[in-house]
Order: sequence, then structure tokens, then C-alpha cells
Amino acid sequence: MVSVATMRMSEQAAAGVALQTGVASGEARDPNSPDTAVRNGNAVPVKASVENFSFYYGDFKALKSISMPVHEKRVTALIGPSGCGKSTLLRTFNRMHDLYPGNRYEGTIRLHPDNTNLLDPAVDPIEVRMRIGMVFQKPNPFPKSIYENVAYGLRIRGERNRSVIDDRVREALRGAALWSEVEHRLHDPATALSGGQQQRLCIARCLATQPEVLLFDEPTSALDPIATASIEELIHELRDKVTILIVTHNMQQAARVSDYTAYMYLGELMEFGETNQIFVNPKRKETEDYITGRFG
Amino acid sequence: MQETNSGGAASLVPYGPLSVSDRLAKKVLRNFKERVIELLLLGAAFVSVLTTVGIIWVLVSESVNFFDNVPIWSFLTDTMWTPLFAEPRYGILPLLAGTLTTSAVALVVAIPLGTTIAIYLSEFARPAVREVVKPFLELLGGIPTIVYGYFALMVVIPLLQLLMPELSGFNMLGAGIVMGIAIIPYVSSLAEDAMRAVPMSMREGSYAMGATRLQTAFRVVFPAALSGILSAYILGISRAVGETMIVAVAAGMQPNFTVNPLEPAQTISAYIVQVALGDLPHGSIGYQSIFAAGLSLMLMTLALNLVGHVVRRRYREAY
Repeated sequence: MVSVATMRMSEQAAAGVALQTGVASGEARDPNSPDTAVRNGNAVPVKASVENFSFYYGDFKALKSISMPVHEKRVTALIGPSGCGKSTLLRTFNRMHDLYPGNRYEGTIRLHPDNTNLLDPAVDPIEVRMRIGMVFQKPNPFPKSIYENVAYGLRIRGERNRSVIDDRVREALRGAALWSEVEHRLHDPATALSGGQQQRLCIARCLATQPEVLLFDEPTSALDPIATASIEELIHELRDKVTILIVTHNMQQAARVSDYTAYMYLGELMEFGETNQIFVNPKRKETEDYITGRFG
Repeated sequence: MQETNSGGAASLVPYGPLSVSDRLAKKVLRNFKERVIELLLLGAAFVSVLTTVGIIWVLVSESVNFFDNVPIWSFLTDTMWTPLFAEPRYGILPLLAGTLTTSAVALVVAIPLGTTIAIYLSEFARPAVREVVKPFLELLGGIPTIVYGYFALMVVIPLLQLLMPELSGFNMLGAGIVMGIAIIPYVSSLAEDAMRAVPMSMREGSYAMGATRLQTAFRVVFPAALSGILSAYILGISRAVGETMIVAVAAGMQPNFTVNPLEPAQTISAYIVQVALGDLPHGSIGYQSIFAAGLSLMLMTLALNLVGHVVRRRYREAY
């Protein structure tokens, strides 16, 4: 049995949220629980730990002192209403914010086992992205053939050996449950695939380079229910091989695919715990309100 | 029930005090205004259509007179263009060779430089740098071509003569290089637009794979924008083929059947300028030859536009 790490928000923010949701402030808060404590389980190792992490878009503080663990070879879902910062948090893991000027990180995200601080300015974002793959909201295959899309990561890492690339492409497409559908047309343009197939291709593209962590940013929001089901099934299968973080708007999806869930609101982590506990027995009233659809 | 009946038709109209006929009259007036405006817009669109048709009609009808006197076969195959000689010969090949050679030199300059500038501005330049470079490029595009012509004659060719002392004072190399510089802005700005139109999600996908900026620019953005970039090139070729003043001033005025850029030669457009300056009497066969030459030029640019259209469709990426 895994013990549950539960985060508590700061005094001041509690008042703010309470105002919004109409709940009296000050209740159900454990004054002894420090923001930074990560009481992760003993059975499941932690792949990454977010510690006191804040994020600024210019002067706007989009994320406020977030601390949470990401368990190895488990699926962690980030849920919360639009604008709560869940995508911002996800995009921090592969330093996507570095692409745009005016963004600032505070705090640390440590990637284990080597304990690298992903946010350290001395750490090359390209190194980070080589270890952490990402699947986007809208499928974004490159304007290349199916084969070349999957081979892209290998090629930019300097792999030249054709048979190695062939093997890894095949393996990645099998891993993304796409092989049987594209086996005979590997050299067709990727844009000819359907939306769901394109998204699985994007997953295969990541798998080809064997990342340690896979980030999914609302991967099914542009897909129909059948394609969504196949992606969810795939996430379930990948769970044994790679650590997964998924942002989703769809609470049923979070409940179906994830082992751990983090509920975020207005840039703060409101509650983190095992998905079962969050959905069946949330500790906070706000989490319960969101999950039962009373707001958000 | 009686109450509602006695209310009459007017009370059934939920809006405004107008009677039915009043509202109909308004509708007729409105339709009339819409028709008039639509016709005005159609007329504006037709100005360009009619101009094109008019130009084609003039070119074709005058060329017909010309081809009554000069067989079309000798026009296309004769290697001499000597309208001023006692024994005039009208073979388009020397002019065509001049046009294609100067255009080729121009493209050798404009395509690599224009593409490099476009990649830099779209993928690498900081906004501050772009804001300085872009106006200069636009300025380059706004310089009258006659100025470029004298720039070629007074600056570029003398510089080339330092390298190659036996180079003639008029030559296709100098004219072509300057013509290339003149079309860089067209190539670079269209190619840059094409690359900037590639959605950010495509670049993010590449960066997320661990790619560098250079890898993203060349392996993802450039291929994604290929259709737009190729049409930029084709527009550049069209401009080079039709370009007149630079070659008229700097390439020499002798029709010369050669593809050696070090020699002077005349292009189709430069020949038309020469005749327009009054060297040949109005109504003579020589005068009519400019219409045949103009028709050839127009057919070439038309063919290029068609190629451009096909290329755009062939390489269009759906993103």
C-alpha cells in the first residue's frame, strides 16, 4: 500500500479560494504540514520532485510555490479549471518556456536518480528535452513521411546506422499501437493519417528516443471518442515502461488513466494524492466541488 | 378572443410602427443599393481582366502582321536578330539567350541570399534586429531599377574588371548580379512570410524532441514552408525574366547568341526599350517585331506562373 502525499496551500491563498468558492477559510488545514514536504510512498520510487516551484510570465505569477512528487512508471494527472496553470506546470518539465522571452522559474524540479535540477540555468534545455518527451494537444506531425517522423529524434541525435533506425522506428510504432496500420505505407506523408493516428505517431516519435518521462498536454482534446479511447488504452500500456504526466480537462479521463492526481486552482496545487482517494474521498471541499462538477 | 381579433394586423407586427407596404418599399430600396454596390465591385475587378485581355489582343493582332512577313519557323530558329540591317533577320534565339543568361545569373545571386535572409529573419533574428533589417530590405525593393542599372555600370562592372581585366564594359554578369540584388527583397520577404506561417506547434514539436534551432529551421520549418518558398523563387524568376532597365543599361545592346555571361548581349525586354526609343520607323516590320518579342516574353512569364501554381499545389502542407 502506498501512502499518500497531500499538499496544503498557504494561508493567504486559502482565503482567496475560500472567497471564490464560498467556503469559510481556516478550516481543515493542518498547520504542521509544510509546503515543501514530500511524503512520497516507500513502495513507488519518485522519478521527479517539484519543490517550491513558482513560475512567472513577465510580472504575472502563474504558479505559486508548487511541491509534488512524480512517481516512477506511474501516471500522474494534472486537473483543474482553465487557467489554473496545469499546462504551464507540464511545459516546465521540458523547459518549453525557454522558447519565449520574459518567462522566469523559481524553485527546483529534480529528476532522479541523478538529482539534476531541470530548471538550473546551467542545465542545457536540449539535454532536458532529450530525456523528457512531450505529446501536444493538437497532433503536430512534421511535414515528412511516417518513417521520418519517428526517425526524427534519432537523426537529430546523430544516429546514422540505417538498421538501428529501422529497428527503433518499428519498435516505437509497435509501442504506439500504430505498426499494423502503417506497416505498408511507412513512406507516405504523415499528414495523410487520421487525427487519432497522427497523435499515436507523435507518441511513437517520442518513444523512439526512449525518454524517461512522457508529458501529455491534453492529448485527446482534438480527437473523437474512439481515437480518445485508443490513446487512453495506449497510455495505460505505456505506464509500465515510462513515467507519465498528463494534463486533462476531462475528469473521467483522469480517473481512468491515472494513478495519482493533482488538483490545481489559480496557480496553486490544492490537493495531491492517489487518484482513487482524490476522486472518492477528497480531503478538500474545493477538490470535491470541482470533481463533482459543481464548479469549473 | 374578440379582443385579439379586433386588434387588427398592425398589432400582430411585433416591431415598429411601419405598415407592411412601407417595409416592402424599404426592402426594394435596400436591394437596389446592394445591386449597385455589387456592380461597382464587379467593375473594379473587371478593370484588371479587361487590361489583360486588351494587352493580349494588341500583342496578338500586331504579331499576326509581323508573322505575315516573317515566317514563325525562322523567328523561332534563326540565330540572328538584325532588324536594322539592310537584310534584316528576326531570330528570337539571341534575345532569348540574353534573357535566360541574365536571369540565371540573377537567380544564382538572389535565391541563396534571399533564402538565407528569410531563414535568418524568420527563425533566428531577435525582434530588434528584424525591425532594423526589414525596412532596409524594403528600401532595396523600392529603389528604381534604372538606378540599379547605373549602379551595375558604374560600380559593379568596374569592380569585376579589377578581377577580370579583359571584361567588356557592358556584360551580362554585372547586369545579372545587380538584377539578383534587386530581386532579393521579393524572394526573401515571400519566403519569410511562408516560414512565419508555419504554426508554432510545429516548432514546439521539434524543440520538444531535443532539436536545436538550426535543426528545427532546416529539418522542420523549411520543408513545411517549401510550397511558399518555391513560389517565392518562381516570382523571382518572373521578375528577372521581365526586368528591363538594368539589362538595357548594363548588359549592352547588341543581340548576341551566347550564354557566356562575360559577354555583352541584349534581352527581349531591352530590345523593346531600344525600339521604343525610336530607332525604327513606326509601322515597319522592325517596329512590329517588338510585339512578337513582347508576346514571347508574356508567354514565358505565363508559363512560369503556371509552373508556380502547380508547385504550390504539389508541395502544399496541411498543418
